[in-house]
Amino acid sequence: MSGDASDGDAPAVSDADSRTTPDADSRPLPGEQPGPDERDHPEGRRNLEGIRIDPVVEAEHESRRAVISALVEDEPGVLARVSGLVSRRQFNIESLTVGPTTVDGHSRITMVVEETDPGIDQIEKQMAKLKPVISVGEVAGDAVISELVLLKVEADDPAAVHAVSEMYDGRTVDAGPETITVELTGDKANIDNAIGAFDRFGIVEIARTGPTALARGDTPTAPGEKPGTAGEPTTHDD
Amino acid sequence: MSDTAAQPRSDADESDDASADATATDEPTDPDEEQGAGPVSTGAESVVAALEAAGAKTAFGVQGGAIMPVYDALYDSSIRHVTMAHEQGASHAADAYGVVAGEPGLCMATSGPGATNLVTGIADADMDSDAMLALTGQVPTEFVGNDAFQETDTVGVTRPITKHNYFAGGADTVGDTVGEAFELSRAGRPGPTLVDLPKDVTQDETDRTPGPATPPAGTDPDPNADQEAVEEAARAIESAERPVCLFGGGVIKADASDEARTFARSYGIPVTTTMPGIGSFPEGDDLCLSWAGMHGTGYANLAITHTDCLIAVGTRFDDRLTGGIDTFAPEAEVIHVDIDPAEISKNVHADYPLIGDAGRVLDQLTAAVREGPDTEAWRERCAEWKETYPLTYATPDDEPLKPQFVVEAFDEATDDDTIVTTGVGQHQMWASQFWTYSEPRTWVSSHGLGTMGYGVPAAVGARVAADTMGEEDRDVVCFDGDGSFLMTMQELSVAVREELDITIAVLNNEYIGMVRQWQDAFYEGRHMASDYTWMPEFDKLAEAFGALGLRVDDYDEVAPAVEEALDYEGPAVVDFHVDPEENVLPMVPSGGANGKFAAAEDQL
Ligand SMILES: Cc1ncc(C[n+]2csc(CCOP(=O)(O)OP(=O)(O)O)c2C)c(N)n1
Repeated sequence: MSGDASDGDAPAVSDADSRTTPDADSRPLPGEQPGPDERDHPEGRRNLEGIRIDPVVEAEHESRRAVISALVEDEPGVLARVSGLVSRRQFNIESLTVGPTTVDGHSRITMVVEETDPGIDQIEKQMAKLKPVISVGEVAGDAVISELVLLKVEADDPAAVHAVSEMYDGRTVDAGPETITVELTGDKANIDNAIGAFDRFGIVEIARTGPTALARGDTPTAPGEKPGTAGEPTTHDD
Repeated sequence: MSDTAAQPRSDADESDDASADATATDEPTDPDEEQGAGPVSTGAESVVAALEAAGAKTAFGVQGGAIMPVYDALYDSSIRHVTMAHEQGASHAADAYGVVAGEPGLCMATSGPGATNLVTGIADADMDSDAMLALTGQVPTEFVGNDAFQETDTVGVTRPITKHNYFAGGADTVGDTVGEAFELSRAGRPGPTLVDLPKDVTQDETDRTPGPATPPAGTDPDPNADQEAVEEAARAIESAERPVCLFGGGVIKADASDEARTFARSYGIPVTTTMPGIGSFPEGDDLCLSWAGMHGTGYANLAITHTDCLIAVGTRFDDRLTGGIDTFAPEAEVIHVDIDPAEISKNVHADYPLIGDAGRVLDQLTAAVREGPDTEAWRERCAEWKETYPLTYATPDDEPLKPQFVVEAFDEATDDDTIVTTGVGQHQMWASQFWTYSEPRTWVSSHGLGTMGYGVPAAVGARVAADTMGEEDRDVVCFDGDGSFLMTMQELSVAVREELDITIAVLNNEYIGMVRQWQDAFYEGRHMASDYTWMPEFDKLAEAFGALGLRVDDYDEVAPAVEEALDYEGPAVVDFHVDPEENVLPMVPSGGANGKFAAAEDQL
């Protein structure tokens, strides 16, 4: 084995020999060194996000709602991968919708999160690392954002239910002697208001999809995405 | 979501390319020529052909029903298979093999319990960004999801602890999937990948030879950082008064130690490392302040606390390094070099993010800095800290043997290229503190996951790697705790069978010492479940395994035992009975300020 190290005149072993009765070391021993409070410490600090802060203005980030759109490869488990990753890192997913795109084998995931800016940035970067994620980014502020909700209310006053649903551009999709089911789409505020208005009839059940979104005009929804038609490549990689 | 299983590359693309080539050269093209994958007749043969073509030389694993076809195909392969005693050993051995060889390590297990036994080693590799490919057997596709005998949802279980994992879809594509997984594990930021192999997929016939292994599109990032960003960072370095380099494990993974040394020395910038970064910069160098963090040196922690420009390369700012974020390098502008954009500003905000390969970006920086900062006064200050807070321990005559002394004795008796592996606990800290590391890939330990029991299988993997590289002369020394050793010591049987020349130094304190230390510091000395007075006699156990077994109780027995163990051609275990009350110092209490490390016990 270590022939070269321990044979020959290597001082190693004899050195160790000379220490077989160890002397007190000449270097300062742990007990003789200046303690934590005897040392000078810098003034500066960082905040929870690791950002250096001016001691006077302790900047903490406010959280905000962000809509993140990801173009993904449609392979098994991709949804579990994305949601697992985001939740493991303690980011709260408000909603998550998935559906096919114009391209075979690609899906779009639309995720709404409530996070600080560094948190949103981190979610995007973590998602981008996943192999099936082709492209990911926050959807521009003025994007078209819409949600579908199905609402089942008690059918005591069908005319009034109908009136309210007209007010919110809803559509009755099922009506029976006991319940009426209405379908609504719109942005979050519209849907929240509608639910508030239906409340008085007694809401029996509710199913919301969570928002899905597309960027306006020719801005790509996920970064680098090209407007594609069926079968055409849609990304920068292709 | 479609149900089709992973199909890494579209076959259409490949055949298009092939026919285009064919028309251009008017010759039949052989897509396998370049990588040398031979003809195959089953999925399993395709798996092995893909591994060979990708350059895998060694696999660590344990046989079993669902993986049997792959093992059968290995029978005629040039790949060396090392049968381990436990799959956890296989995954740690593969991990360590990869660290030492700089190649992805390969481990294999059957379905169910075999796969779950691999999990700890996979998680360990994931935390330490080590390139590794795990192949697991799976029940036949038609039984998947039915709770069949020895079925586990391996892809589900390992999803959060792999860079990516695959469920093999069919015999025709499985070879390509395996090749891709192998390359993906080392592309960009390395990490473990896994391919789950249903038995029908490996048993089915195919004549489709796997193509050349390539990582999936987009996973092999640009090695160069944005030049404008580099220039900005260079200006920050030029104007710094107290710059410090912090080299992490990424420097070693990127094989960038040379560039790191050149950079720091060119500008006289003091260097600290993270614990995984040990070996990236020689600890004997005047510029070196050793490693920072919870049990790092006082001078490294003081330098980081007082620096105004932290040049951090290939580190993820783990909390064991940073302590409390609010007090970490509080005055520093941070230049952060990393291949993984997601690491930028994850824990510590980067003022100058440089995304790219550590070596390339350090070269870019070296070229961009016009006039280095004047660091003389700063270096003097660091040198004073080094004098004031040396790593030291008391060795009066009458005390029981100090573990640190054992580490130093081995260091003195071995060459610089000696590979050290460890378990997790106090012994791991002493092995990193009292050994002077000077070369990359010589320090092999479990950092991010902190896995007790890592040491022995890692020594097996490290030894096999060194031997595979033709470096039979290098020593492999494992420092282990009594608790850690007991967790995976069965792998000693492998070392005996394979005649692996390793030396295991058990720093036996009859405690799970690190826990005992915390109990003394933070739980009023209530030694709940940390008292290991029931340890067996390890020297005799070693003999029972067929290894050399020695026991040491006193200072004067240390040197002869070290010599005998190192000289022994084969596995040797030395059971060093060390001072059970010895503590690891300095120490930054969890979440505390690095600059406020306790240099002595009464400061905790
Ligand atoms: C698998 C595993 N279980 C539990 C722990 C928690 N732990 C950290 S250090 C330690 C003590 C290690 O004892 P030993 O291996 O004897 O080493 P020593 O600290 O005595 O040197 C324990 C239990 C761990 N890190 N890994």
